[in-house]
Amino acid sequence: MVKILVVDDERDIQALFEQRFRKEIKNGELEFVFAFSGEEAITYMKDHDQEAVLILSDINMPGMSGLELLRRIKEKYEVPPPLVMMITAYGDTENYSLAMQLGADDFLTKPVDFTALKEKLKAKLV
Amino acid sequence: MPLSFAPLVVSLVLADKIRKYARVNSLQQWEKPLRYTLVFSVFLISTEAVLSAYSITKWIWHVYLIAMIAFSLEQKELRKLRMFVLAFVPFEIVSLITDLAEVINVDFFSANETYFKNAMSLTYIWMVAILFSQNRQFKAAEKERIKRQQEDELNKAIAIRKVELEGLVAERTAELTAQKEELELTLDELRSTQSQLIQAEKMASLGELTAGIAHEIQNPLNFVNNFSEVSKELLDEMMAELDKGNNNDAKEIASDIIQNLEKINHHGKRADAIVKGMLQHSRSSSGQKEPTDVNALADEFLRLAYHGLRAKDKSFNATLKTDLDANIGIIKVIPQDIGRVILNLLTNAFYAVNERKKLNIAGYEPLVSIRTKRQENKVEIDVSDNGNGIPQRVIDKIFQPFFTTKPTGEGTGLGLSLSYDIIVKGHSGELRVETREGEGTVFHIQLPINA
Repeated sequence: MVKILVVDDERDIQALFEQRFRKEIKNGELEFVFAFSGEEAITYMKDHDQEAVLILSDINMPGMSGLELLRRIKEKYEVPPPLVMMITAYGDTENYSLAMQLGADDFLTKPVDFTALKEKLKAKLV
Repeated sequence: MPLSFAPLVVSLVLADKIRKYARVNSLQQWEKPLRYTLVFSVFLISTEAVLSAYSITKWIWHVYLIAMIAFSLEQKELRKLRMFVLAFVPFEIVSLITDLAEVINVDFFSANETYFKNAMSLTYIWMVAILFSQNRQFKAAEKERIKRQQEDELNKAIAIRKVELEGLVAERTAELTAQKEELELTLDELRSTQSQLIQAEKMASLGELTAGIAHEIQNPLNFVNNFSEVSKELLDEMMAELDKGNNNDAKEIASDIIQNLEKINHHGKRADAIVKGMLQHSRSSSGQKEPTDVNALADEFLRLAYHGLRAKDKSFNATLKTDLDANIGIIKVIPQDIGRVILNLLTNAFYAVNERKKLNIAGYEPLVSIRTKRQENKVEIDVSDNGNGIPQRVIDKIFQPFFTTKPTGEGTGLGLSLSYDIIVKGHSGELRVETREGEGTVFHIQLPINA
C-alpha cells in the first residue's frame, strides 16, 4: 500500500483521482489522501508523520504556492524525503527549473495524462 | 490835378472782400467778374492819370461805385457782406452830393465847403469804424469756420476710420468664425478619439485578461475531458458487470456516472460563465444598473487579473487574499463598469508588487488583497497591495487622463481616470487612495446602496 498525497485547490480533483485510480485503489495498490491548499498539506504531513511517500502538488494555488510547499517539504523531511511531483498548467521553463532546483522529483503539465502518470507512479514506487 | 484814390481804394477793398468771401464759400461764379472789376479799376485810374480827366472820370467812378454797391447789396449770396458794403454807402452818397453841389451851385458849395469836408470826414470815420468792427467779426467768423472745418475733417477722418475698422471687424469676425468652426470640428474629432481610446483601453485590459481567461477555462475543460473519459470507462465496466449479472455493482457504477455527468455539467457551466464574463467585458456597457453580486465580481476579476499577469510574466507570484463580506447582498450597479474598475485596480496592484519584487528586498512577500464590506447604506470595496506606494509628487495626478508611470506603450494612462468617472459620476460613489511610500497602497471604493 502506497499512500499518495494530492494537493490542489480544485476540490473535484478528488473525485477524478478516485475514479481514475479506482482499480489501483480497489486492489489496494495505492491510497490517496487530499489536501486543498499548501497549508492543509503541511498540516497533514505534520499530523501523519511520513505516511505519504509521494506528493502530487499543483503549483498555482491561493496562499502557499506549490513551490513553497515543495521547498518546505524538502527542507524539513530530509531522510528519506517523500517524492514530490509538481503539476502545473504553466509548463514554462522557469517554473520547471525552479521546481527542479527545489528538489522536485518530476514535473507534469495540465491536462494530466493519467496513463502516463500511472506508469510514472509505478516506475517511481516499485 | 487830383486823382480818385478814395474811389479806387473803395472799389479794390470791396472787390477783394467779395472775392475772399466768394472763395471761402465756394462761389466760383464770382471769380471772373471780380477780376474784371479789378482790371476796370486799374484802367480807370490809369486813364484818369494819363489824360488828367478827373472832372470826367469822377462821374464814372460814382456810377461804377454805386453800381458795385447796389449790386453787392442786391445779391442774396452776399447777404452776410451787407454790413460791410454799408460802410461805403455814406462815403459814396456824400462824395456824390459834394460833387453835384460843386457843379450845380459853386457859390453854395464854396460857402459851405467846410460842412462838406466835415461830412466827408465823418463818412471816413464811419467807414473805418465799420470796417474795423466787420473785420473783427469776420476774423471771429473765420476762426469759427476753420474750427468747424477742422471738426468736419476730423469727423470725416473718423468716418473713414470707422469704415476701415468695420471692415477689419468683419474680417476678424469671419476669421474667428472660421476658427470656431475649425475648433468645433477638432472637438468632434477629439470626442470620437476619446470614445475610441476608451474602447481601446477596454480592449487592452481585455488583452491583459486573455491569458487569465485561457487559464481559467483550461481547468474546467480538463475536468470535462477527464470526467467524460472516466465515465466512458465506467460504462464499459458497468456493461461488463451487467453481463455478469452483478446488478448491484452496475448500479453503483451508474451512480458514479451520474455524479460524473453532474460534474461535467458543472465545469461546462463554469467555462461558459467565464466566456460570458469576457464577452460582457468587451461589450460596450449597457449603462444599465443591474442587481449584481459584487463578491462574485471581485473574486472573478481577482483570479482573471492574477492569471493574466501570471501568464505574461511566468516568474510572477503573489499571495492573494480575499476578505469578502458574506452579508454584502445583491446591489444595483453596472456590472461591466464596476468589473472594469476592480480589474484596473487589481492590475495596478499586481504591477506595484511586481515592481517592488524586482528590487529583491529580502523577505518581501508580494501580497494583493481585495476586501468587501457592507456598511449601513453603502458597500465598500478595498483593493490593497504591499508594493512601493505612490510617490507624493504624483499622487494628485493619478486620476488625470493619460497620466501613467508605466513605460511608454505599457499603460494607456486612462485606467484610473475612467475608474474615477465610473465610480464618482456613474455610481455617485467615492474613489479614494491611501498610500505610503515603501509600504503599499489601498484604493477604497464606496458605492451607495440606494443609488
